[in-house]
Amino acid sequence: MAEVEVKEKEPLFSKKNKRLITDPLNDNNPVTIQVLGICSALAVTVQLDNAIVMSLAVTAVLVIGNIVVSLLRSLVPPRIRIIVQLVIVASLVILVDIVLKAFVYDVSKQLSVFVGLIITNCIIMGRLEAFAMGNKPWASALDGVGNGLGYGFVLIVVAVFKELFGSGSLTVPGFDKFQIFAEGSGYLHNGLMLLPPSSLVLVAVYIWIQKTRNKKLIEEH
Amino acid sequence: MGINKESNSYTILFAVIMVVVVGGLLAFTYESMKGTIKSNQENEKKQNILQAIGIAETSGDDFDRKAAQEVFYDFVKRRITLSYDGEILSDLSSDDIIDSKNKMDAFNIDLRKEYKLYGKKVIKNNKGSKEKLAAGLAAEDRIHYPLFVCEKGDSTFYVVSAVGTGLWDDVWGYIGINSDCATISGSVFDHKAETPGLGSKVTEDWFQDQFVGKRILAEDGVTRLNLEVKKPGNELNEHQVDGISGATFTGAGVAEMLERSFVVYQNFFDNNPEFKK
Repeated sequence: MAEVEVKEKEPLFSKKNKRLITDPLNDNNPVTIQVLGICSALAVTVQLDNAIVMSLAVTAVLVIGNIVVSLLRSLVPPRIRIIVQLVIVASLVILVDIVLKAFVYDVSKQLSVFVGLIITNCIIMGRLEAFAMGNKPWASALDGVGNGLGYGFVLIVVAVFKELFGSGSLTVPGFDKFQIFAEGSGYLHNGLMLLPPSSLVLVAVYIWIQKTRNKKLIEEH
Repeated sequence: MGINKESNSYTILFAVIMVVVVGGLLAFTYESMKGTIKSNQENEKKQNILQAIGIAETSGDDFDRKAAQEVFYDFVKRRITLSYDGEILSDLSSDDIIDSKNKMDAFNIDLRKEYKLYGKKVIKNNKGSKEKLAAGLAAEDRIHYPLFVCEKGDSTFYVVSAVGTGLWDDVWGYIGINSDCATISGSVFDHKAETPGLGSKVTEDWFQDQFVGKRILAEDGVTRLNLEVKKPGNELNEHQVDGISGATFTGAGVAEMLERSFVVYQNFFDNNPEFKK
């Protein structure tokens, strides 16, 4: 472990720990800066409720996965650590799937394919390997929360634009669909906004704005 | 610690323990929740059948899976299992409580399983020719066609089902037919893995409600009509519905499964005039 052990007890929300949550929201966003998890950002942003539910699911798996891997980090044989991480994530996802089906069947129906998609989200493996393998459980849990929120924020921003301009509505989980632009108000559905390519453009515009506002994110070439 | 984490024996030992623990945990969780999951799925099926005859609308918003469970036998009077040729293989009344061991009970027919194991092969081998496909399906006696005879007030409804392939995986649905055997009273569609926000919209009301009142039999009472899913924005006639933008393949899958399954039920209704009122 490269990190030096801190002797005196650290407060739960020390400055360092707070940064674990705030960094991924902006300067180190997993989607726009690390460009991870792009696949699901393209696919599940057609409706706002899908994006919100997916963000929550990914955050949950990321936090629990980070904690489990962090607890096991001194036991895992280095040569098979990626396989171990994969097994942990996959079994967590299957567990979540079974529990949802048994106790909240409607939520499970709404999630449908998302549950399976969580396994393939590169952010999860990325955080397990880059952070949880070298840090304590509490810090890893915070890192999971931060990255989950950072991922979710981008997803939700993209979904708002896509749904609003693609089908003129916003769908919030637990409520009915809000039709923002009524039929006949001069607004027409835009099929292109609903398709994955428009997410690429939206994510690119997001990165553009982010890097314009924050010059230190621009890489030297 | 004296353990060498790089050694082969430690690596193998760790892997074995991990697999046993994870496998055991998953198997235990699944086994302990299997019953709950299965009853959830059965109640959903009951709910779908009742939705196809419009029970959900008349009973208000509180009509959920639990309610479906309670009133199922009040509405669904006969459960009939048909062969492709329209032969009745099993005919149970609402007095016969559903027994999960009776595989011929129309309610217990696992459509998706039969489609996956037998139906897909026949469809693949007989692409392009409707006659060949019909002959192939007729020869495949392992596929069953459930028909639910429902009564609501003084009206009789027939709920039929269909299963097919969308873009990624299975799509299926329950369709209610009025007692004239010509018009649709309601429909419920579901899917396994259609694209969220695109193909997954087959489960939304606006798509399903379009089928209400559409005809599968022309007004002359003889000419059969196929329900068609058109590209959105076209003029629609009495047997066409709007598809979903961005989900052409899902719509095509829905249309295909309806056409394929309705042949069976239409044959059955033609050969059994007592059903046609």
